[in-house]
Amino acid sequence: MRREFLLLGILAIALIAFPAFAGPYALSVATLILYFAYTGQAWNVMMGFAGQLSLGHSLYVGVAAYVAGGLFYHLGLGPWAGLWLAVLACVAFGLLIGFLAFRFGISGVYFALLTIAFAEFTRIGFDHLDWTGGPGGMFLKVAQRDTWDLLNFRGPPLMYYYAILFLAAAALALCAWLLKSKAGYYWQAIRENEEAAQALGINTFRWKMLAVALSAAMTAVSGVFFAFYYNNLFPEQIFNISRSIEIILGPIIGGIGTLFGPILGAAVLTLLSDGLTDGLAALGWEIPGIKQVFYGVVLLAVVIFLPNGIWPFISKKLKL
Amino acid sequence: MSLLVVQNIGKSFRGLKAVSDASFEIPEGAINALIGPNGAGKTTIFNVIAGVFSPDAGKISFQGKEIQGLRPDQICAAGIGRTFQIVKPFAGLSVLDNVMVGGFLRERTAAGSREVARTILKKLDLHGKANLPASSLTLPDRKRLEVARALATRPRLLLLDEVMAGLRPTECDLMIEVFRGLARSEGLTILLIEHVMRAVMALAQHVGVLHHGVVIARGTPAEIVRNPAVLECYLGEETEI
Repeated sequence: MRREFLLLGILAIALIAFPAFAGPYALSVATLILYFAYTGQAWNVMMGFAGQLSLGHSLYVGVAAYVAGGLFYHLGLGPWAGLWLAVLACVAFGLLIGFLAFRFGISGVYFALLTIAFAEFTRIGFDHLDWTGGPGGMFLKVAQRDTWDLLNFRGPPLMYYYAILFLAAAALALCAWLLKSKAGYYWQAIRENEEAAQALGINTFRWKMLAVALSAAMTAVSGVFFAFYYNNLFPEQIFNISRSIEIILGPIIGGIGTLFGPILGAAVLTLLSDGLTDGLAALGWEIPGIKQVFYGVVLLAVVIFLPNGIWPFISKKLKL
Repeated sequence: MSLLVVQNIGKSFRGLKAVSDASFEIPEGAINALIGPNGAGKTTIFNVIAGVFSPDAGKISFQGKEIQGLRPDQICAAGIGRTFQIVKPFAGLSVLDNVMVGGFLRERTAAGSREVARTILKKLDLHGKANLPASSLTLPDRKRLEVARALATRPRLLLLDEVMAGLRPTECDLMIEVFRGLARSEGLTILLIEHVMRAVMALAQHVGVLHHGVVIARGTPAEIVRNPAVLECYLGEETEI
């Protein structure tokens, strides 16, 4: 346990100091890793802790991005106000999906299908919504690169790096605390055996709803970050199922239900896949879709050789 | 006063009557047993009491309040703990964590729940295995874990569904001692379903016999083993106890 804190401290210092040594490209890759570490952590609350498989988390990223982005674009409403509305909208979506599923006993694969269906419906809805530009997309004014406008969350890449670093750290702390509290125990009990959990006095409906709401709220924050970092939003991209898959690959490869799995998985996947594309590009090979093939191969390898993910394997080796 | 009153309970599954018109009472602090051949409806009665099924007919009151039709978690919160005949451990969690899940029903903090869990594990002689994953336990230990988890919710009434099955006589005796101790020291009321007559004879003050969903006999263990109807349908003519 002591060693765990020591390693965590070293990692924190390294990440805080990282921009001082990194070029713009390395900084953008690090931002991407932390982004996936954060969203992976958010997804992990639902699947890793409470055992509810969502394959439609792009729904929450997209809805939050469009709510906060749209309010900023049309009304000049800053992201700090938009964030709350985005979180509210996503929690509402999450609770609606959760209610439909848990109230009527839909679980497992069928629950996962329901989450995909909602993401797809919403994508189609936004394709026909003129207020957000429809399929043509919505473009936020590109950020001034030289000033830190914290109030409007506009600034240089460095600002986004620290913002997502803070989010990832906060999510880790929140999840660590949750796992050690009543909620963590109850969620894991539901994940392991719902009938036994209920027999021990757990209102499984309510606790599953809470997991979905929290996961949706956390993912919503990443959606707002996404909107203000990338500045352009297309329904076809942001709600795409491949986005949902990207979110869940990190925790699956790193270790579902663990605290450090999502972080490790995000780092491994992003570094390796970007390294692979860059390496091939340096050799003069541009292979479209190579990233997806690569994801598939890594996923297969992990499922076959480390079915619990990389983190449980490493933590055992390090005796943490 | 009776802690649990079951009145004219009936439950059918697609026309098949699993339990019909069953009535019994359990006085506060008593240890009673429900016996009967396989398929007699014992587990169905348990599941109706525990809220897994709501009864088609009849009333169940616990501490003077009607509880039929409540959800399992509400029944548990009201003070009825239960174990499962087919054990359902939280396999991925440690033995201690399994019991802590139950402890959280009456304790807000993890520290409080952990303390409750440790005390109970000690009582059931499982504390040496507290940090092992539940999936690594043997069947007798899993049975004990079921009991420990249910006890952690601090029930007034404990429903035990064949917790002695598969236990060796010495292990069975340990369990018997635990339940006697709990009944004596904490006034815990127990209703057990059991095939192991050794345990029934040792523990129960009162026995009900169920056959084809109907209560066909009731009385003290000594009376039951001499009851011709019971001998015919369940214990068998030549049973030696």
